[in-house]
Amino acid sequence: MTERPRDTASTSPRYDVAVVGAGPAGLAAAVAAAEAGRRVVLVDAGGQPGGQYWRHPDETAPRGDESLGHHDWSTFTALRSRLHGLVRRRRITHLPWRQVWFVERPSVGDEPPAHTLHLTTSYAGADTGGEGPDAVTGDAVILCPGGYDRQLPIPGWDLPGVMAAGGVQALLKGHRTVAGRRAIVAGTGPFLLPVATGLAQAGADVVAVCEAGSITGWSRDPLAAAAVPGKAREALEYATELIRHRIPYRQRTAITAIRGTEAVRSVELSRLDREGRIREDAGTADVDLVALGWGFTPSLELVSATGAATRKDIDDSLVAVVDDEQRATVPGVYVAGEATGVGGAMLAVAEGELAGLMTARDQRAPVSQGNVRTLQKRITRHRRFAAAMHAAHPVPRHWHEWLSPETTVCRCEEVSYRQVCGARDELGAGDARTVKLMARPGMGWCQGRVCGFASAKLAAATEGRALTADDLRPTAKQPFTAPVSLEQLAESPRYE
Amino acid sequence: MAHTADVVIIGAGALGAACAYFATEQGLRVHIVERGEIAGGTTSACEGNLLVSDKEAGHELDLALYSNQVWRRDLAPYNHLWEFENKGGLIVAATESGARNLAELAGRQREAGIDVTDVAADEVHAYEPHLTEDLTAAAHYPQDCQVQPMLMAAQLIRIARERGARIWTRTEVTDLHRDGDAVAGVVTSRGTIHADHVINAAGTWAGDIARLAGVSVPILPRRGFVLITEPLPRTVFHKVYSGDYVASTTSSDEGLQTSTVIEGTRAGTILIGSSRERVGFDSTVSLPALRQIAAKALTLYPVLAKTKIMRNYHGFRPYCADHLPVIGHDPRAPGLWHASGHEGAGIGLSVGSAKLLVQQLTGREPDLDLTPFAPERFDLVEAS
Repeated sequence: MTERPRDTASTSPRYDVAVVGAGPAGLAAAVAAAEAGRRVVLVDAGGQPGGQYWRHPDETAPRGDESLGHHDWSTFTALRSRLHGLVRRRRITHLPWRQVWFVERPSVGDEPPAHTLHLTTSYAGADTGGEGPDAVTGDAVILCPGGYDRQLPIPGWDLPGVMAAGGVQALLKGHRTVAGRRAIVAGTGPFLLPVATGLAQAGADVVAVCEAGSITGWSRDPLAAAAVPGKAREALEYATELIRHRIPYRQRTAITAIRGTEAVRSVELSRLDREGRIREDAGTADVDLVALGWGFTPSLELVSATGAATRKDIDDSLVAVVDDEQRATVPGVYVAGEATGVGGAMLAVAEGELAGLMTARDQRAPVSQGNVRTLQKRITRHRRFAAAMHAAHPVPRHWHEWLSPETTVCRCEEVSYRQVCGARDELGAGDARTVKLMARPGMGWCQGRVCGFASAKLAAATEGRALTADDLRPTAKQPFTAPVSLEQLAESPRYE
Repeated sequence: MAHTADVVIIGAGALGAACAYFATEQGLRVHIVERGEIAGGTTSACEGNLLVSDKEAGHELDLALYSNQVWRRDLAPYNHLWEFENKGGLIVAATESGARNLAELAGRQREAGIDVTDVAADEVHAYEPHLTEDLTAAAHYPQDCQVQPMLMAAQLIRIARERGARIWTRTEVTDLHRDGDAVAGVVTSRGTIHADHVINAAGTWAGDIARLAGVSVPILPRRGFVLITEPLPRTVFHKVYSGDYVASTTSSDEGLQTSTVIEGTRAGTILIGSSRERVGFDSTVSLPALRQIAAKALTLYPVLAKTKIMRNYHGFRPYCADHLPVIGHDPRAPGLWHASGHEGAGIGLSVGSAKLLVQQLTGREPDLDLTPFAPERFDLVEAS
C-alpha cells in the first residue's frame, strides 16, 4: 500500500470523539461519550442544539413557552443541561454554525483510524458567525446527520405556497410563523398529524389531512405499536386534536395536482388504489398553503464520504450499515439516528447514547454492560415500531403516473419530466446517474437532496422493477459534503 | 440465438459513439457492447474540450486539426445537440519568461497551421474582463471549441441507432470470438456476436480487451480532478489556461501535477482544472490535489474567491507513454481495430479518429496517415 499525501490530519485539533450533528442522536452521543471520559468535539450546522426535531426559538431571547408544539421536550432539556455542564467543564467543545465539507480518511494502517473533518460556516450561520478551527480530527467519529423532507414532484409542486411538511413544521417550531391561512396537509405517515394540528393550533384553517396509505396497514404488526406505548398516546392526542379542529382525515387520498399561476390557489384530490394508482376524482379544495410529507430522507453524504457500506432500508431510504453497537463498516466510524434508518427522535437518542458509550468502550474506557443492554432493547422495540410504520405508509408505487410531461422534476435546474423521459427513451440513459448527467436533474444547488429520491424512483419505475440501493447511492456520493468557497479550499486551514 | 453484425464496437464512450456514427454512415451493421452505461466512463468525467491550442506541432496536432474540420463540416447539422460552442481558447502567461515561452509556442503552432493571435498584456481584458491584472502576455486561439461530452456520445449513438445500430449496455465482453488467427466477434455476458470487425473503444480499459486477443496495447490510467462551481452569470468566456498546461499534458511525470484550466459552461457552472497523477485506478479524492487546483485558479481569477465549489469530476485518462492515441487495424490480430488512448483529448479527437478508422476499415485511403498511431508501435520499441 502506498502512503497517500495527507492534508492536515497531523496538525488539526485532535479529539477522542468527533460528533457531527446536535439533534437527538448527536446530542445524546456527545453527552454519553463525554460522561464516559472522552474528550469530545460536537460540530453542528445549527446555532443551538436540538436539530430539526427540537428546533426552538432563539435561546438568547428566552421565552416561557419554549416547549410549545414539542414532544419529549424534557428529554431535550435534560440533554441540553448535561451538554452545557460538560462544555463548562471543557469535556465537550461545541462548534455551532459549522458543517463538514470534506471527510479526510485515515491512511491504511493508521492506529487509531482517525478521520479529519474539514469545516466551513454553515449556510444558516453565514450571517451569524461560525468561528472555530477549519478542521478537527477524531480518533472516533459519530455521524448523526439526521435527515430532511422526502419530496415527490407532482404537477404544480413548484408553485409558491407549496412546502415540505417538515419546512412548515420548522417555521412553526423555530419562528412561530404560520406559512398560510387555509392549508391542506397531504402525503403519508404519522408526521402529517403534528403538522396539521400544529397549523390548526397556530390559527390556520386546515381543510383536510390526506393520507395516501391507510391505517389498516398497521394491522400487519399490531404488537409493534404496543411495543412503544408513548407513540400510541401521541397518536391519540393528535386524533383528539383533529376532531377538536374538525379536520377531516381522508385515507387513500392524495393531492395529484396543484393549480395556481403566481401561487397556489387550489389542489386536485384523487382517491388511490392500494398501489397508488389514481382510482377516481376526489374533488378540489381552495387553499393557499400545501404541506406535503412523504417521510424523510436520511443525509448519507458523510457516511458515503467515509466509504462505509450503505443499504436500502424498508422505507426505500439509503441508510448506513451498522452493527448492533452502532459501528459502521469502516473502523473508527459510528452512525446514529435517521442515517441508520428513519425511526424518530427517541430511537435516535437511544442510538446516539449507545454510539457514545461504544466509542468509549472501543477506546478502553469502562462502560456499564447493563446500560448497553438496556439501550439495545430499547432500540429493538423502536425499530419494530418504525418497521410497522414504514410498511403501513409506503411511497405510492405508481406515483409517477400522476406526473404530466411538463411537471418539473428538478427545481434547481428546471428539468421537466419530459426531459427525464427523453434522456431515457431517446438517449438510452439506463440508470439515475446517466439521466442526471444527460438531463441535469440533481445537478443544481441542492445536489439532488430534493429530487434525488424521485429521480431514483423514476429510474426504477420505468424499468418496472423495485428501487435498489444502487439507484440511491449516486445522490449520497458527494466528495464535497457541503459547498465550500474556492478561497477556503485554496487556503491552508487555520485552527484558531 | 446467434447475433451477427459487420462491426462490433466495445465501449459506448466518445470514441465508441463516434465509430458507430461513421460506420453506420457507411451502411455497416453495427452492434455496440458496453459494460456499464452510455458515456459512463472517462467521457462522463471531463470538460468536453475540442482543443488545438494545447498541442505542440506533431502527429497529435495534425489529428486535432483534422478532427476540428470533422466537427465543423461533417457534424455541423448536429452540433446544437451537444452544446457545441466555438468559444476560443486563451493561454496566459504571468512572468516575463512565461511570455517568451508562450510567444515561441505560438510561433511553432502557427507554422503547423494553427490560427493564433498574440495578445499583449494590456489587451487581455478585452477577451476576459475578470482575469487578474498580473499577466505579461496571452495568446488567443479562435479554433478551440467545447461540447457537452455525455450528450455528444449519447446523441451520436442515437443517430447510429436510427441507422440500425444495436446497443447492449450493462454487458461485459468476456472473450473475443476467433476464427483461426482472426478476431471474428465477441463473447459477452448476453451471448456471442459474430462480426467481421471488432473495434476496441474501451478507453482506459482498452488494454484488457487487447489482452483477450493476446496482444499488448499499453494504455494506463492517468487520474484527473476537475472542480465544479455553483452556477454563475457568465464570468469566463473562453477556455482560459496557463502556459504550463501544455508542458503538463506532454509530461510523463508520475507525481501530482496541476495546471490551471478554467472555463464556463452553458449551465452556468465554471469548470476548474486540472490535475494529472499516475496512481492506477485509485478513486480516493485527494484533498492536496484539489487545494492545488483551487490555489492556482485563484491566481488567475481572484474574483472567484467567494464562489462555492459544489462537486468535482474525477476520471482516468487513457494514456500511452508517447502521448499518442492508438488508432487503426491491429495486424497482430486480424479483424481487431483500436480507437483508444487519447488521454485528455479524447472528446476533441474522437470524431476525427473514428472517421479515419472507418475509412481504413472500408478499404479507403485515410485522409490522414494512421502510421504514427499504429497499435503495434510499442512492440517495435520494445524489440529495438
